[in-house]
Amino acid sequence: MKLRSWFLLPAWLWMALLFAAPFLIIMAYSFLTRGVYGGVEHPWTAESYQRLVDPLYLEVFLRSFVMAVVATVLCLLFAFPAALFIARAPRHKNLYLQLVILPFWTSFLVRTYAWMFLLRDTGLINTALLKIGLIHAPLPLLYNDGAVLLGLVYGYLPFMVLPIYATLERLDPSLPEAAADLGARPLTTVFTVLVPLSRPGIIAGAVLVFIPCLGAYLTPDLLGGGRTVMVGNLVENQFTNARDWPFGSAVSILLMALVTLMLWLFLRRQSEQLV
Amino acid sequence: MTPILEVRNLIKDFPGHRAVAEISFSIPQGSFFSLLGPSGCGKTTTLRMIAGFEQPTSGEVLLKGENVNQRRPYQRNVSTVFQNYALFPHLSARGNIEFGLKRQQAGNMAKRVQEAIKLVGLAGKEDRRPAQLSGGERQRVALARSLVLEPDVLLLDEPLAALDPKLRKQMRVELKAMQRRVGISFLLVTHDQEEALSMSDYVAVMNEGKIEQIGSPEEIYLRPRTRFVAGFLGAVNWIGDVGVRPESTRIGSHPERNGAHSCSATVTDSVFLGDRIQVRVQLATGQEAIAQVTRGSTAFRPGEAVHLCWNASDELTFS
Repeated sequence: MKLRSWFLLPAWLWMALLFAAPFLIIMAYSFLTRGVYGGVEHPWTAESYQRLVDPLYLEVFLRSFVMAVVATVLCLLFAFPAALFIARAPRHKNLYLQLVILPFWTSFLVRTYAWMFLLRDTGLINTALLKIGLIHAPLPLLYNDGAVLLGLVYGYLPFMVLPIYATLERLDPSLPEAAADLGARPLTTVFTVLVPLSRPGIIAGAVLVFIPCLGAYLTPDLLGGGRTVMVGNLVENQFTNARDWPFGSAVSILLMALVTLMLWLFLRRQSEQLV
Repeated sequence: MTPILEVRNLIKDFPGHRAVAEISFSIPQGSFFSLLGPSGCGKTTTLRMIAGFEQPTSGEVLLKGENVNQRRPYQRNVSTVFQNYALFPHLSARGNIEFGLKRQQAGNMAKRVQEAIKLVGLAGKEDRRPAQLSGGERQRVALARSLVLEPDVLLLDEPLAALDPKLRKQMRVELKAMQRRVGISFLLVTHDQEEALSMSDYVAVMNEGKIEQIGSPEEIYLRPRTRFVAGFLGAVNWIGDVGVRPESTRIGSHPERNGAHSCSATVTDSVFLGDRIQVRVQLATGQEAIAQVTRGSTAFRPGEAVHLCWNASDELTFS
């Protein structure tokens, strides 16, 4: 074997140990019978998968999908102008990029708790609004879909900004000049030239935001307060409170299958359009 | 008649240096005008100020007599052919050509686009993306994209620099013919003196942010006002303080008796160029000079004592 091929060995070992093995274990669990105090028992069965068609669970999948789509679109709306601003900045580009990734310096959990302190009834926002007399009762800012979306967009925004910035930065600066020269106003230039040409970055960003949003657990758990159940919460609930490991595993497998399928369909369509 | 474009006392300062140092010129309606100069002389910066991509530090840009300093690029009726063409890679040739018309919401767009495609000779290739076109074809798209808008002035930034030498010569002829046919004023920026001389009605020679001379190609070549202009437009033999172009310099074993000026020299080198022979000589003063002789004439050997002769009327004099 060529020396170069050995360079992949660490990555292969890592993936085998920490991705393939757990995946196979979950796969096996999903076809076993639930143990009385958690865990799994024989015999083999597909019962968990049959239960998945229950409208109750389909609704959870649908809700997760909608939340992930909305979060991705919102991220795109916020990220594109920001990425464009940084790419076009005559100086201090690195400073702006540092600011984009600054939140990563603190744990996501801590930052999510910080949002709770801001949004809760006795939180900073409600207290301030009450003090200046704009409202007379606290606004319900926390424990709803809006709070979850806010958390998702906040958490994954950098993953949208960075790839879009990377494509915009590489664009020939004479292209927007040519558009202006041909009579396009700034916004027209953005939509007719910059957005279409940054599509690879937008796609990369959308994938990087959509997938973790679909399986998000922490954000809906803390900011949704259990009222907004997404797939991640369903899985967690099956492994803890419900003690139904086979069903939790089946939900995980279905989520993975759906993500893979959507990604495959999406990327195939994109590559067709590029031809 | 009001010139289609006029530039008055234009200055552009960049941090640390003055790119354009108070230049003025005007372009008569329907003419082919070139800004010629070495790289870094401020010619592209001047073009960018006219297009509206750069704001002048001071001075005025007037289109049809109207000051357009405050107008954004999309509000100026000029159009630029960029050095790298700057075609939109996600649009077809037709899409690129339609781009400006769509912004104007122009009527009978299809017909105008078709005419532009025909004008630049791109028929049959209009549905290709820029990546599927050759360098010459891309340039035609860039030209069509601008010409279809019927701008007051078409600005061309080194448009032929990216083409191979053979195609470049062909495009010179085509570009000039195209300009005559459409009647739009062209402002060309180039560092290639042959390009400027062969296409232009007027040439402005720029150096270090200033215009050294403006005139017809014949004027600036035959009667350069400064040594820089003389040297930039072609080779010059400096004989004492007198400048003579190599093609006006003759060589012989004796001084001519027709009243021509002459000077003795020693042959250092003789190069066969196919259509002519280039003889390199050294003068008594140590200066080098070049004379072109026809192929049939007597051969000159290195070390041979000769006389350089030229007509007084061919001497370049500077004020």
